[in-house]
Amino acid sequence: MSKADAPRLPRIQRRRHFKSLMANAVIMTLAGFAILPLILVFSYIARSGFPALNLDFFYKLPAPAGETGGGMGNAILGSVAMVIMSGVMSIPPGLLCGLYVAEFSHQKLARLLRFVIDLMTGVPSIVIGLFAYAMLVVPLGGFSAWAGSAALGIIMMPIVSRTTEEILRLIPDQLRESGLALGLPRWKVLLRLIMRAGRSAIATGVFLAVARASGETAPLLFTSFNNQYWSKSLSEPIASLPVQIYTYAISPYEEWHRLAWAGSLILVTVVFAINLLSRLLLKRTSN
Amino acid sequence: MQKVSTAVIAAENISAWYGSNRAVIDISLGVNPGEVLALIGPSGCGKSTFLRCLNRMHEEIDHTRSEGRVLYKGEDIYSDDVDPVAVRSCIGMVFQKANPFPTMSVAENVAAGLRLRGGFSRSEIESRVEGALRKAALWEEVKNKLRAPGTSLSGGQQQRLCIARALAVQPEILLMDEPTSALDPISTGRIEELMTELKKSVTIIIVTHNMQQAARISDQTAFFLMGKLVEHGNTEQIFNSPTREETENYISGRFG
Ligand SMILES: Nc1ncnc2c1ncn2[C@@H]1O[C@H](COP(=O)(O)OP(=O)(O)O)[C@@H](O)[C@H]1O
Ligand SMILES: [Mg+2]
Repeated sequence: MSKADAPRLPRIQRRRHFKSLMANAVIMTLAGFAILPLILVFSYIARSGFPALNLDFFYKLPAPAGETGGGMGNAILGSVAMVIMSGVMSIPPGLLCGLYVAEFSHQKLARLLRFVIDLMTGVPSIVIGLFAYAMLVVPLGGFSAWAGSAALGIIMMPIVSRTTEEILRLIPDQLRESGLALGLPRWKVLLRLIMRAGRSAIATGVFLAVARASGETAPLLFTSFNNQYWSKSLSEPIASLPVQIYTYAISPYEEWHRLAWAGSLILVTVVFAINLLSRLLLKRTSN
Repeated sequence: MQKVSTAVIAAENISAWYGSNRAVIDISLGVNPGEVLALIGPSGCGKSTFLRCLNRMHEEIDHTRSEGRVLYKGEDIYSDDVDPVAVRSCIGMVFQKANPFPTMSVAENVAAGLRLRGGFSRSEIESRVEGALRKAALWEEVKNKLRAPGTSLSGGQQQRLCIARALAVQPEILLMDEPTSALDPISTGRIEELMTELKKSVTIIIVTHNMQQAARISDQTAFFLMGKLVEHGNTEQIFNSPTREETENYISGRFG
């Protein structure tokens, strides 16, 4: 390095430093714009919902119109029950479907199935609700937890299938070959080696589907409908958080509005928590 | 042919295709038990494809087919009543790139073949895992981290882990496709050492692009060129006095 070059170096460095500062500032600003709506929504819901939250909210039935107090115990339980039922109905077939589409993509049937699943992910949830209404509510003679769960399941299935498929495609062929070369039948290689290799990423997809189903309102409006009391059987209409929030929000009563906000706060928190948990899980296992 | 009758595994007129591209042309080649056979030849000459025909892995790729027979202990592994799954449990395979099962520990990796096949007791699996790791010369290095992820080992250790994984199901024949080509010289040396130990209990067929390696570890050498078997014989003879000009050219590094 010659003497003349020496003093120039710091200036270049300073200029680079400035550029990188600018770039960082731009990125931070953009990130801020992206996060801002989220923060606004959550803080507004928290401010409106928090005052109405108390222990009663979690286990009491709704109070009759005009009376104060009461809770959303039945709606919370109904949501939990329907999400579990829809999960049981949709996760296993979703996983198998994703596995089939990813691993047998040379078969016509697999390509057709993939196309159908793609279409299903795009169907508006209200249409799925209508479908469940026509196929289940009408033939069974009434609204029921079964019909609501089926509608949610139809929404979850393609999400689970799509993520499973996408994850499995990323798993190198080498792994399949190693399994086969150990003298294992293909189905064991797929179910016990390949699915296992992708399990944490697949679990993330399942969690996201659960989060999505927990918040869906439209497909429940004319499948599980609503119930102001504890449902005695799964063949009865059943309350759920989203529908209860909807019902209360459009009511004329101040007290019900407060409860609707509290319900929203719970719902949003649960959905956030599921999302966060699945990301954490993915991060922990991928390290 | 006298060779074929004593061979533990022998290919007879094997040809293999990818679509309409014939990658292996009418190859007959056998190995005697306890010997190491090295397959050498320029890249793309069909060594891997031939190797994969020996345990019916070739057919796992779409749009492929093969012709000819492979006699394993006198029985054709391509005959209609033979299950390819059973074939592969007797004829194991180690690949070029070490690929431990990603969500499994060291011990689970070695045990995977046994566990998934089922029918082995816990103590049986444990002793087989230790036995396989010892045979793969890895036991001393990993005995205190059997529960660590298989992928946390070094590259050379991972490849030996894959060898142990293949050995745990106790195959009689081990097919190795350039098992050291991605490894440093020290790891390579260690794998070569363990192979000389291994051949007491398993017959090995190894593809290698490394002439010195073939000369060091093999008893027999076969030279492939453009899908054909050019020459096959004792390793010493192939390297010192090849009968075919192509072989001599390749070995002396004039092409390939
Ligand atoms: N998966 C595949 N699909 C199509 N062609 C292949 C595939 N694998 C190998 N081939 C072709 O078969 C020929 C032999 O390849 P290979 O057996 O891998 O050679 P080598 O192992 O000696 O390098 C090459 O011409 C190669 O292009
Ligand atoms: Mg090769």
